Amino acid sequence: MSAGHTRVSPFWLSLGVVTGLYLLFLLALLGATATYTTPGQLWESLGSREIRYSIGLSLATCTVSALLALLLAVPVGYLLARGRFPGKPWLDAALDIPIVLPPMVVGLCLLIFFQTPVGKVIDGVLPFTYTIAGVVLAQFVIGAAFAVRTMRGVFDHLSSRPEDVAMTLGCSRGRAVWLVTLPAAKRGMFAAFSIAWARSLGEFGPILVFAGATRMKTEVLPTSVFIELSVGRLEAAVAVSIVMVVLAMVVLVAVRLAGERL
Amino acid sequence: MIRFDNIAWHAGAFRLENVSFTVPEKSYAVLMGRTGCGKTSLLEILCGLRRPHSGRMFIGGRDVTNEPPGERGIGYVPQDGAMFPTMTVRQNIGFALRLRHRSPDEIQRRVNELAAHLGVAHLLDRLPQNLSGGERQRVALGRALAAKPSVLLLDEPLSALDEELRDDLATLLKKLQRELGVTALHITHSRSEAARLADVLFRFEGGRVIEAKGSIQ
Repeated sequence: MSAGHTRVSPFWLSLGVVTGLYLLFLLALLGATATYTTPGQLWESLGSREIRYSIGLSLATCTVSALLALLLAVPVGYLLARGRFPGKPWLDAALDIPIVLPPMVVGLCLLIFFQTPVGKVIDGVLPFTYTIAGVVLAQFVIGAAFAVRTMRGVFDHLSSRPEDVAMTLGCSRGRAVWLVTLPAAKRGMFAAFSIAWARSLGEFGPILVFAGATRMKTEVLPTSVFIELSVGRLEAAVAVSIVMVVLAMVVLVAVRLAGERL
Repeated sequence: MIRFDNIAWHAGAFRLENVSFTVPEKSYAVLMGRTGCGKTSLLEILCGLRRPHSGRMFIGGRDVTNEPPGERGIGYVPQDGAMFPTMTVRQNIGFALRLRHRSPDEIQRRVNELAAHLGVAHLLDRLPQNLSGGERQRVALGRALAAKPSVLLLDEPLSALDEELRDDLATLLKKLQRELGVTALHITHSRSEAARLADVLFRFEGGRVIEAKGSIQ
């Protein structure tokens, strides 16, 4: 559909139709959910103590887990992008394990790990099983894998030359990364944080298995949808879903805006 | 003076073997060779960015083989300029001085002096993405010279420029090298560039470096 062409070719037209139908389907899904409930019912559902707790806990745990994911993703992504060492393809594949494992299995793995002697020692110092820390850990396991992928791509696309020049001017490798590469990677770091945050917001399986679904304790937004559905309160489930859709949209827009401005 | 003494390095099937040559003090040396013959790798070895498998390197009589890149007294200008993308021209040029904890006044003085010399004084507050190819190379040159290195290493600094800019920058390079009294090693695959700039000319052949001729001028 290049500029200057007045007639759209059947090729571009067919691609446009496919894209348009898909977008229409997505909008129909969101539209149906948004119009299922009234603003009054929505407000009433969001006013409940449990839902407000769930919103607060989701926002807090997603932020903490995404920050932790970014802290891990920056060095690991850099190692994968710039390091040359034996076994790199295996490490690369191993870091994708949380992405390819079924979510419930991730939760089960966490639960079983904390039954091992090492896990019990860790749980003794900082209890994870069926606690808020467990919610953060379950979100972190999945979010970090996506953040690592993102940061690896970011460092792959940044030339190592400026870093090399910084070293000839007097920097150690670490200082060159800190002063030259990381400022250049800030847009990518924001994207990695946002992706980890968005993944964590939608995380359900591992949290349900590992941290439980206890009201006013480990209940996050996806758990609320599950609990409300299981007791037949469809309006409340829809209200929580709308909150999640709005939050996801805010993240999407923020990533796009940051991409243009940072 | 720069001296390579039996430098060997290999990566996969690519090998540099027994590379030995000397660039006389305060001369402008040009190293020629085909694309992919190992010119850039040799420069990176001298910078300390790659470790040779054997052999030694000397700068001004000092063995720098095991010294960190920043302590070798080198100013390095890569092919694309490799600007620090989030820093202004002023910050790029002053970078090495900030690392050395020089006073803001001294940094400002040196940056202004170099910027005037290089014709980039009007660009000091710009970011690198708003510079042309020639401007970028001038800034990269200023950044490399800020800490007064004894050796200037130039990796095809003119190859991405159009003919007119190339001539201007070649004149500037030669003038600066003379005025500052640095030893320059410039790598290129362009015969005309070599003929114009070289006091001493070296050629890469079969993984080794040979002196093509003595003083041209």
